[in-house]
Amino acid sequence: MHIVVCIKQVPDSKEIKIDPKTNTLMRQGVPAVVNYYDMHGVEEALRIKDKYGARVTVITMGPPSADKALKQCISLGADEGVLVSDRAFAGADTLATSYVLASAIYKAADTWGPVDMIFAGKQTSDGDTGQVGPGIACRIDYEQLTYVQQIEDINPDTGELIVHRHLEDGVERVKTRTPVLITVVTELNTPRRASLPGMLRAARYTPIVWTTNDFEELDRSKIGLRGSPTIVSKTWVPEPKHVSTDMLTGTGNEVAATLVENLFGTELKHSLGWA
Amino acid sequence: MAEDKRRKMIGLQPEGDVDWSMYRGIMVVVEQRSGVAKPVSWQLLGEARRLADKLDAPLMALVMGQDVSHIAQQAIGYGADIVYHADAPELKDYRTRPYSRVCLKVIKTYRPEIVLMGATYTGRDLAGAIATHLPTGLTADSTQLDVDDERLLLASRPAFSEKMLATILCKQFKPQMATVRAGVFQALPYDEKRTGKIIAVHQDMHENDIVTKVLEFVQDDNRVNLEDAQVIVAGGRGLGGPDGFKLLHELANVLGGTVAASRAATDLGWIDHAYQVGQTGTTVRPKLYFAIGISGAVQHVVGMQNSDYIVAINKDPNAPIFQIANYGIVGDLFEIVPLLTKAFQERLTPVMAR
Ligand SMILES: Cc1cc2nc3c(=O)[nH]c(=O)nc-3n(C[C@H](O)[C@H](O)[C@H](O)COP(=O)(O)OP(=O)(O)OC[C@H]3O[C@@H](n4cnc5c(N)ncnc54)[C@H](O)[C@@H]3O)c2cc1C
Ligand SMILES: Nc1ncnc2c1ncn2[C@@H]1O[C@H](COP(=O)(O)O)[C@@H](O)[C@H]1O
Repeated sequence: MHIVVCIKQVPDSKEIKIDPKTNTLMRQGVPAVVNYYDMHGVEEALRIKDKYGARVTVITMGPPSADKALKQCISLGADEGVLVSDRAFAGADTLATSYVLASAIYKAADTWGPVDMIFAGKQTSDGDTGQVGPGIACRIDYEQLTYVQQIEDINPDTGELIVHRHLEDGVERVKTRTPVLITVVTELNTPRRASLPGMLRAARYTPIVWTTNDFEELDRSKIGLRGSPTIVSKTWVPEPKHVSTDMLTGTGNEVAATLVENLFGTELKHSLGWA
Repeated sequence: MAEDKRRKMIGLQPEGDVDWSMYRGIMVVVEQRSGVAKPVSWQLLGEARRLADKLDAPLMALVMGQDVSHIAQQAIGYGADIVYHADAPELKDYRTRPYSRVCLKVIKTYRPEIVLMGATYTGRDLAGAIATHLPTGLTADSTQLDVDDERLLLASRPAFSEKMLATILCKQFKPQMATVRAGVFQALPYDEKRTGKIIAVHQDMHENDIVTKVLEFVQDDNRVNLEDAQVIVAGGRGLGGPDGFKLLHELANVLGGTVAASRAATDLGWIDHAYQVGQTGTTVRPKLYFAIGISGAVQHVVGMQNSDYIVAINKDPNAPIFQIANYGIVGDLFEIVPLLTKAFQERLTPVMAR
């Protein structure tokens, strides 16, 4: 089995601040981390590898510094890490991203053998669309199962698998067949920590880099900013909700009574039906 | 072998004619399960009605499923002019392939200039596939919609952990697509006298050609539904352990609300992850939110700052949560919460029963 995991390095969101003067993001010096959900995809691929034997290829499209994220996956047990990186890929929206990642998955198949399963995260913390996974599946015509919280069964011989999808109102048990793309939620597993040999291997490992020149059939009008139909026309910081916090003081009984009185004095009385 | 290398790549060029002026009207894809439409679909029709009127264009709805003609009828009552109705056993449960097939066929035949879906799990699954196939631009999880003089869809959405809003356009292709967050827009009052056209959509699908099978759906009635909760009583590390949540349940019960938690509390295993509010949990916008023993880290705050009223209880007067709270109480939650429960109980119990 050959499993590809798509991971993305994202800015550590708790470190992102907004410049109050220019209303732009201050990204400088913001540390990068692997998108939270994607590590659950890596873990699931490694569990399948541990159980049935599989080759695990981790792919990311991003700047050269994203090689750190790949090394982290190598330290956990992934076989190869591919960095798809080129200035021409920059500024991609989900449509252009899915095109490049689909091309990279085809190339990974040519290099290491047919790809049976692809894992992607439910969504990223910066793009936050959840569209890239379905986009890749559509591009290369794989079955698509999103929001998977459990893989109940895999038959490595027939390629049949049963998964549980986590939906708003319940859980759906679905059966399908490889080749398949799965997007994962955090309930799926608990990511492991790197082992010492893993860390040693990662320290020596240099991720493979593919640039536009490595893709024979890449249509350059379909990548990067140029290949992205969506344009950000404007960004703004929403007016901070004007709150003048009312700090209630007094004994416990007093503050409790004051709070109840105050809340009953608002429109909540009607909207919550507190007759 | 050389042929093997030429791989299929879907969604590189729009198929067929590219006379974008042929695309007119707004289409809302209605989501349903077991014959019950999701509220977000009617909310979307409400907002799309406003946009369609502004564009002077028809409002269309696409209803897919098995035995869902009543939903097609409802779509008219909620504001649609034309409903495309695809009814087939293959469409009983949502599956990406049959649903996207019908959806693509309807889009290519009737050419809406804007297509909207709920930003639900199903909506995102389907929209991601459709937009790639067409191909066209897709804005995820919008919270504001508008159209301009050039008939461009202005879809605005939170970006960077809800710290900013961004307006996103697609000038290049049609239809312009967006998924829209539940609970943001309001449905029109249902008007059963409203009239409209229902057009049946036929497709030749065969179950044997569909690889993916839905084996069962286990409805989870206990599933925490934070998104729709009107009152949320959330607790954090300050609760000191799973027992602390009992206090919160008591308060929530009196208010008819739901308990929730910070990530610190879910990570410590005090309560299930499903209850987590925040960036990596659920984004909520109840009418009333209690943050109890929660410091107010940005990852938590982004998930609840749009609540109508926020009450914070924390023993640290400098806790950042107070900056966004309407009411703040500095004190020990173990003392305050039971008193609060009692005070609400007394106030909410009808005078007669006292
Ligand atoms: C990538 C990433 C994603 C994250 N996503 C989320 C997310 O989705 N949701 C989320 O919540 N967090 C998230 N976090 C974690 C977040 O940064 C904070 O660590 C977390 O929200 C803190 O939870 P807390 O407020 O319960 O705990 P703490 O920060 O420890 O706060 C506990 C508070 O309780 C108060 N307290 C203690 N005892 C009492 C008492 N007896 N009475 C009254 N007050 C008391 C203390 O003064 C303190 O303010 C994320 C972090 C990262 C890195
Ligand atoms: N640049 C990228 N490189 C590799 N994988 C990506 C990239 N962008 C998105 N993905 C994958 O697609 C998932 C969904 O991303 P998004 O659609 O941006 O929310 C992520 O969790 C990743 O698995």
